[in-house]
Amino acid sequence: MNAVTAAAPPTAPRTAEPAILVSGLVKTFGRTRALDGLDLRVATGEVHGFLGPNGAGKSTTLRILLGLLRADTGTARLLGSDPWADAVALHRRLAYVPGDVELWPNLTGGEAIDLLARLRSGHSGARGGVDPRRRDELIERFGLDPTKKGRTYSKGNRQKVAIIAALASDAELLLLDEPTAGLDPLMEVVFQDVVLQAKEAGRTVLLSSHILAQVEKLCDRVSIIRLGRTVQSGSLGELRHLTRTTIEAETDGPLTGLAELPGVHGLRTEGGRVHFAVDGAHLDEAVRRLGTLGVRSLVSHPPTLEELMLRHYGDELPELAGLSGTGEDAAPAARGPAARGPVAQGPVAHGEASDGAAGDGTSADGSTARGDERGRA
Amino acid sequence: MSGVLAGAPARAGTAPGRDTRRGSGTLAGAGTLYRFALRRDRVRLPAWVLALLLGTLVPAAKFEGLYPEAHDRAAAAETMSSPAARAMTGPEHFLDGAYTVGAMIGHQMLGFLGVLVGLMSVLLVVRHSREEEETGRAELVRSCVVGRHAALTAALGVAATASLAVGLLLALLLPGLGVDGVDASGALVYGAAHTVLGLAFAGVTAVTVQFTAHTRAASGAALAVVGAAYALRAAGDVGADALSWLSPLGWAQRSYPFVDDRVWPLLLTLAFAAAVAGCGYLLSTRRDVGAGLRASRPGPARAGAALGHPLGLALRLQRGLLAGFAAALVLLGVVYGSILGDVEDMLGEVEQVRRALAAMGGSVTESFASTVMIVLAVVAAVYAVMATLRSRAEEAAGRAEPLLATALSRSRWAGGHLAVAAAGGTLVLLAGGLGFGAAGAASTGDASLVLELAGSALAYAPAVWVTAGLALLLYGWVPRAAGAAWVVPLYGFLVGYLGSLLDFPDGMNNLSPFGHVPRLPLADVELLPLVLLTALAAVLSAAGLWGLRRRDLRLT
Repeated sequence: MNAVTAAAPPTAPRTAEPAILVSGLVKTFGRTRALDGLDLRVATGEVHGFLGPNGAGKSTTLRILLGLLRADTGTARLLGSDPWADAVALHRRLAYVPGDVELWPNLTGGEAIDLLARLRSGHSGARGGVDPRRRDELIERFGLDPTKKGRTYSKGNRQKVAIIAALASDAELLLLDEPTAGLDPLMEVVFQDVVLQAKEAGRTVLLSSHILAQVEKLCDRVSIIRLGRTVQSGSLGELRHLTRTTIEAETDGPLTGLAELPGVHGLRTEGGRVHFAVDGAHLDEAVRRLGTLGVRSLVSHPPTLEELMLRHYGDELPELAGLSGTGEDAAPAARGPAARGPVAQGPVAHGEASDGAAGDGTSADGSTARGDERGRA
Repeated sequence: MSGVLAGAPARAGTAPGRDTRRGSGTLAGAGTLYRFALRRDRVRLPAWVLALLLGTLVPAAKFEGLYPEAHDRAAAAETMSSPAARAMTGPEHFLDGAYTVGAMIGHQMLGFLGVLVGLMSVLLVVRHSREEEETGRAELVRSCVVGRHAALTAALGVAATASLAVGLLLALLLPGLGVDGVDASGALVYGAAHTVLGLAFAGVTAVTVQFTAHTRAASGAALAVVGAAYALRAAGDVGADALSWLSPLGWAQRSYPFVDDRVWPLLLTLAFAAAVAGCGYLLSTRRDVGAGLRASRPGPARAGAALGHPLGLALRLQRGLLAGFAAALVLLGVVYGSILGDVEDMLGEVEQVRRALAAMGGSVTESFASTVMIVLAVVAAVYAVMATLRSRAEEAAGRAEPLLATALSRSRWAGGHLAVAAAGGTLVLLAGGLGFGAAGAASTGDASLVLELAGSALAYAPAVWVTAGLALLLYGWVPRAAGAAWVVPLYGFLVGYLGSLLDFPDGMNNLSPFGHVPRLPLADVELLPLVLLTALAAVLSAAGLWGLRRRDLRLT
């Protein structure tokens, strides 16, 4: 049980140490394996998106980073310290927004904000730990009535209380677990604005989210996890490169040789227009071939984050994946025995080489039933 | 949702105001909710019923052995006629005829078990009505084809089912024991008394759950009514009889099972149950789902200076509970204190008692007072358990998570709640002792009683701290089983109060922390046991905090 403490890498130089460094994290709840060797690396000063389906282990990871849960094996370092042993000291330097904010029914929202801020700073006095100007400014921007009692707040308003308490602090690290679930679109814009301000101020943010537009707007880098393991990690640009671009073209000549090209998927022709998806690594080749066919019109879509995600959850959502035209055979390929080899793993291996976080990107060995079990964890 | 529409409950006879119309009316879905509640409580209900049955059957079997001959029972009747004994048990009329084992059961057990039946009803009704609303589950249920009154009806149905089961089984099983003076008709009245008491307190709870939006406050208010009913009949049975007629427990006892077998006081209790339950239905139409009758008012936009320290937070969260218990104990103390004067007046009347007590080296007043102390101490211990386990409730509700993600350590967080439990428990004891002393001084004209009785009550503080420490130990190591801490006050009451009636071996008394406290003011002050209890409390608390630091938080 003490592996987290014992196995911390003592050699990492202080200055270059990332804000969060997690490797091989395992956490089981009874027979459920919530984390199955998870890796995560968040550099200081970046906004890192933490993506994954429900039950993938995002909240469990955050709670281990908070020292609320203890990992079975694996190492976790947070701001250079051990999150379990040094929890209280670390908590002075971070702020956390849980996914489900529960408030005290008989305390007002304003009281809860002050309470959390004071306890975070460790100063219990009336002015301890709160920057009153920033607090009031945030309350106004989020349109929160701080005089209402906790039980009368809606989910979105409870969420605002936790967000304001976290962002009014001067914590250097923000751990946000689906922070805007329940916020309306206007508040979502305010939230994004405030997080960008925090980023400009040099704070590190780990943002677990389902809202892909939010991630695209805010995050420098993302990690995608599934079934308790990291399946992909990198900047959005890198991840896009790894994924297929959708191409729609009208050509003069007949479509010869296109379907045989490596990396081309889902080719179909409709009234002289051709649709297909092509792996980032083979885009160049496909465009060259198209050029020889006399292109009359060409539309190309970069992969959306949805497509990136579906690529990894594709086998859980076969119909959706089929519709997207990108996920249809990604998962089966990863599942094959050769998938662990560098060649079969293909583009995934390239992307991960850049940051080394994801390692073995094949986690599709879990059955759907196992995925369901995680959902309850 | 077809299940909700399925219509009449299988055991509809026990659900008051059942409704068989499909998908319409204010009771639509009550049957389904009722069966669902029985399913949820499939362990809880049999456990309650079994415990309550044993509560009568074990003493009943024991009495036969303790008092085998007629003259033994006559001597017991003599002892039972003392004011202290009557305050604890029941009215004197039970003693008028032959004090058969049946009469003993009716006299000594009905008041005590009536409180426990009340406790069961209160907890069951709150659990299936207000708790469902507070957690938000009721909202989901009410969005289905479920009528306005269905949830309350199902909750009352569950309490009624349990009360009926206790009554029926008692009526069936008691005659089978074949003990002296227990006949079928007496057993029927005795069992029916349990049932109507269960219904009456279920009805009271139907009212209290309407007033407040909080589960704890709703059960606290209903339990206060149960406690007041017990205190009123205690005062009435010693002093002015009219006071007992203000209490449902007093009515039930005045059915005199195994002595007179009167039915009409039970009908009175039943009418009371119907009336208060009706009030509950009426009030429920005047509020919104999930809300209390009182609208929530805006509060301060900024936290006061105290909020921000773990102790200040714990005190803020628990101040209602603390104030409620302190007020209840002042009241309880005043009720007992006001009859202290009568107790002394009876000295001349009961020559034997006086001689017996003189041999023990105390007066009737002191004997009565030291028995009252146990009651006060047990109530304070109940508070200590509730206050300590507040940490568990906070953790389970997800409110501990954001707090423990701040620079607040687990020990300081739980320590805040523990401090409120220990200091609050002491305060509650002091409140009870002062109430008892002040009213006692007024009724006897002896002003020195104020300090003497308050001091005697404070002697139980270390035992209350041990109770809180044990609750914290359980919470730290096995949070799932932390409810087991309730055993301490329950066992303390059982042994401290019933032990003298049932002649338990000394070893049983030693298992309870209350058994080690010198029985002031009757006995002499001994410091050593109090010091040892305090040390034990400290060790238990430290071990509990250690366990809490080691384990995973229980998060959803």
